[in-house]
Order: sequence, then structure tokens, then C-alpha cells
Amino acid sequence: MKIIVLMKQVANKDAILRINKSETWIEEGDLSYEVNESDGYALEEALRLKEKHGGGEVVVCSLGPQRVKSVIKDALARGADRAIHVVADDTVQLGPYAAAKVLSEAIKDEQADLVLTGLQSDDNGYAQTGVILAELLGLPHATIVIEVDASGDGLRVKRELESGWYQWYAMTRPALLTIQSGISQIRYATLKGIMAAKKKEIKELAPSADALGAAAHQRITKVYFPQKTKQTQFLGDGDAKAGAAQLAEKLRTEARIF
Amino acid sequence: MPNGIIVFAEHRGGAFNKTSFEAIAAAQQLGASLGQPVSAVVLGTDAARAGEVVAYKLDRVVSVENPKLADYTPDGYADAMEKAVRSLDPQFVIMPHTYLVRDYAPKLAARFGKDLISDCVRASVADGAVTFSRRIFQGKIDADVVANGEPPVFATFQSGAYRADQAARGGDAAAVESLPVEVGEVRMQPEEPFQEVKQAVDLTKADTIIAIGRGIKGQEHIALAQQLADVLGGEIAASRPICDAGWLPIDRQIGSSGQTVTPKLYIALGISGAIQHLVGMKNASTIVAVNKDPEAPIFDIADYGIVGDLFEVLPVLTEEIKKLKG
Repeated sequence: MKIIVLMKQVANKDAILRINKSETWIEEGDLSYEVNESDGYALEEALRLKEKHGGGEVVVCSLGPQRVKSVIKDALARGADRAIHVVADDTVQLGPYAAAKVLSEAIKDEQADLVLTGLQSDDNGYAQTGVILAELLGLPHATIVIEVDASGDGLRVKRELESGWYQWYAMTRPALLTIQSGISQIRYATLKGIMAAKKKEIKELAPSADALGAAAHQRITKVYFPQKTKQTQFLGDGDAKAGAAQLAEKLRTEARIF
Repeated sequence: MPNGIIVFAEHRGGAFNKTSFEAIAAAQQLGASLGQPVSAVVLGTDAARAGEVVAYKLDRVVSVENPKLADYTPDGYADAMEKAVRSLDPQFVIMPHTYLVRDYAPKLAARFGKDLISDCVRASVADGAVTFSRRIFQGKIDADVVANGEPPVFATFQSGAYRADQAARGGDAAAVESLPVEVGEVRMQPEEPFQEVKQAVDLTKADTIIAIGRGIKGQEHIALAQQLADVLGGEIAASRPICDAGWLPIDRQIGSSGQTVTPKLYIALGISGAIQHLVGMKNASTIVAVNKDPEAPIFDIADYGIVGDLFEVLPVLTEEIKKLKG
């Protein structure tokens, strides 16, 4: 089974974000990056499917500037067989349609049995690129998948619905699935894996001007910190212990909890 | 010439999703600002499904019909909605940002060579131009977004962005119009939806909830939060990553994929406040947040906040409450 995993690099979850001077994006200069959380689970699922079904190939594909190589190398160290890096320096204003178009050009000749990706990115959070890509590739898709059964010719996937409900779908293959975080425990890269990764192929591609320019249907005009909806009383003024003591008092006298 | 706004009203077997009515409210406000009529579309096998929507103040209610729409599938819905949008030729297509819409609407937009302006929290109109606002970086930052190019513009609104009870009622649409459509090959077959296990813990009944997030760092530290829960007579709960890691069972997860709660007191410890979590708890009467990051979105909805290390806060808070309770 040949599986392509689309992985995005995003700002580190714990990074303190600052708005850039032109108020059009965050300040990226000193930012640290990591793999988009659900994409990490998509890779893990691909590796497990390959192991379970006696081989095949897991190909990682990532779009972005040279810094995304760290995500690619990490994926190769965990067990992906090779990688495609679609090199593009500025992807901030790249909408999900254009991103899907670029990715479709990069992987359409691969003839994969499955294309996996995370359910949404932790930065832009469009939650669309995978589904649009499926449409461009002519593949059926399922989103927010938490279990994959690829034992027969087709596919059975368990999808998460809202409020604790689930549903199985039987699908034809090839297909594209977007994977929910938490589907399994993610493996660590072993030293052996890290060494082996050095010999694995990373193919660099340039996106076509046509795809990159695929009409931006939405343009970010301004970014800013959300307006508060509540007047928060901040307690302790930097002293967490003092804050805790004040909080106990307020919960009794103001909120009347006890 | 494209005109008007259409709202996709989502239902499963005739039971409408509450966010559909919020989307109607959003579309009505947009329609009022732009001077454009608002119509609703309901997908199904027959017009009987659309009944509940007729009560709202809408220009038209269109029942988009095909036998293949009996159960939701992304292929079926994308095909049917594509036909409906081409037939109704609107300026805007407004949808609730539900799991179902997330599943098929990007495919629909792609048929028009477009993407969705997704998960919006607001829309404002100035000089006839619409600016959509959406949360990015998991709720930490807002982005104003404008649509480029030809209509239709596809936009989805986040659950809770508009209030369902603000959707105007009193329909001009006297009857539901049937719009039979062709639906092509459907490549997926849904089985019956189900609930995993009967929820062992019903957090919706708890008056006090102590919720932990990534900041708790390790399973062995949960006992500290449990001690606070014990002195307050509350239940322990968590954000998704904690349950994903197996540190607490999934029936203690709060948020869009877990339980939605409205306790008297909600104490969020080391939870940054991604929107998926906030939708599950933002209506609690009193919200306390403890987080190291002063910009964490959880503080936007907190009544009381402590910026600092939860491991310094927890023992003191537990001890002080114990003392005050005597």
C-alpha cells in the first residue's frame, strides 16, 4: 500500500505570539516551529497501516520554505520512506484552494492508495485543504477520522461526529482521509531511524506559477488580539501564590461558591 | 446576476442542528446590512424535512431533493448543494461550521474553484463591502478577511458566534419550494451513528468542575487538581490532549468532541483555551483561569485569572479554601 502523508509546519504551540508591524500576520523572526499536531497523527496512522498490511511505501509531502525540512527529516526518522518538499517561501496568504492546487500537482502522479493529512492546521485553521485536494484529485474523502480499517479492497473508516457520537463509513479506495488528533500513540524517532533518515530521498519541487496564483479567494487584511468579552480580574500581579489566596477569598465573597 | 444570501440549514433525519439557526441569524444580519434577501436550503428526500425552517423570516425556503440525500454523505451533499447554488445564483452562501459542513463544504466550494471563509466569529459591512473575522492560531489571534473574486462567497460561522434566538421569525415564505436535483455517484456508504459507551460520568450535572490541560505536564500531577476538586466537591475534567494521552478517560473531556457543561464554577488549569474547548464550557457562571501565558485565549472569557505556574497556585488555593470553609 502506498500512502502519502501531507504535513504542515506551524508555530510552536507554546510560542508567545506577537503581531507584526504591518498588522498582517504574526512576527515570525524568532518563532520556533513544530509539526502540526494532527498531521503527526496522520503520519503515525500511515506507518501503522504500512506495518499492518505488509509493506508498501509512506511518502511525506510538505509545502513551505526551507525550514519545513525539519518536519520532513523528523518524519523520515520516524519511518517514512521518502519525501517531497514543495518549496515556497511565502505561504501566509496562500488560501486552502491554492495550497490544495499546489499539493495536487506535487502528488497526482504518485498514484497513492491513500492520502492522509491532519484535520486542520493549528495556525490558519481553515480545515479545508485536505477535502479540496480530494476533489482536485477526484478522490472520495472522509474527515475527522479516528480509526482506519484497510484490510479489504475498500476501506472502512470511523468518523467522529459531534457530542460524543461516531459513525463508520465504507468507502472505495484510493481515498483521502483527514485524521483527528489522538487516534493512536505517536512513536518516537529512534537513533537508528535518525541515522537511516539521512539516506532517504527528499525531492524538492517548485510549485507552478499557475497553482501558486490560483486566485486567492480570501485575503487577510488585518490581524489582532481578540477583544475580551469579559472583564477579567487578574489576581496576584505576577505572584501566583498571592493570587491563589486572593482567589479563594473572591470565590467565597464575590462568587459565593462556598 | 447573482443576488441574495442562502443559508444551509443542517439536520439529521429532520432534527435541525441548533447552529443552523445561528447561521440563519448571521445571514439575516448580513442581509439587512446589504439589503439582500435571505433564503434557506434544506437537503433531503422530500419537503417534509424543511418544516421547522419555514417559521423563520426568510424570502424562500428551498427543499433540495433526491433519494440519495436520505443519509448524509459528502459526495451526495456536495453534488446537491452545487446544483442548488447554481440554480439560486446567490452572492453569499452561509453555513454553520459544524463537523458535517466541514466534511462536505470545502468540496462544494472547490467545484466553484474556491475555498470557504471558514469558522467566522463575525461579519461586518462597511460601504457595501463585507469583512469576515475568524480566529486563527487556535483562538489566540483574530484575522479580518475579505473575499476576492466573483460571487458566490462561501462562509461558515462558528457555533455560538450568533445567537439562535436572535434569528427573526415570521416567515414570508409561505411554503417550501421543492427543487429536485441530480446526484451523481456516491462513493461512501454510511452506517448507523452510535455512541461509544454510555457516559460513565455526567459532567453536565456538576456544579463545580476543575479542568486540566497541557499545563499539568504529567499524569502524576492530576492528584493535585483532584485535591482541589475534593475540597470544592467538584468533578475533575480535561481538555482534549489530556484524554488523548490517556491520562483521564474520554468521558471527562470538555469541548466540541466531548461534553458541553454549564457549572456554577469552572476552574481551568493550564488550559490555553482553543475554541474546541471553549465551546464546551464558556457558559459556566464563574470561570477561573490559571495559565503561564498572559495571552492565552482562556483569559478572554475568565472572570478571574492568575498568570502564573499552576503548581504554585494549586496547593495554596486548596489550602486557603479548606481554611475558609472552616
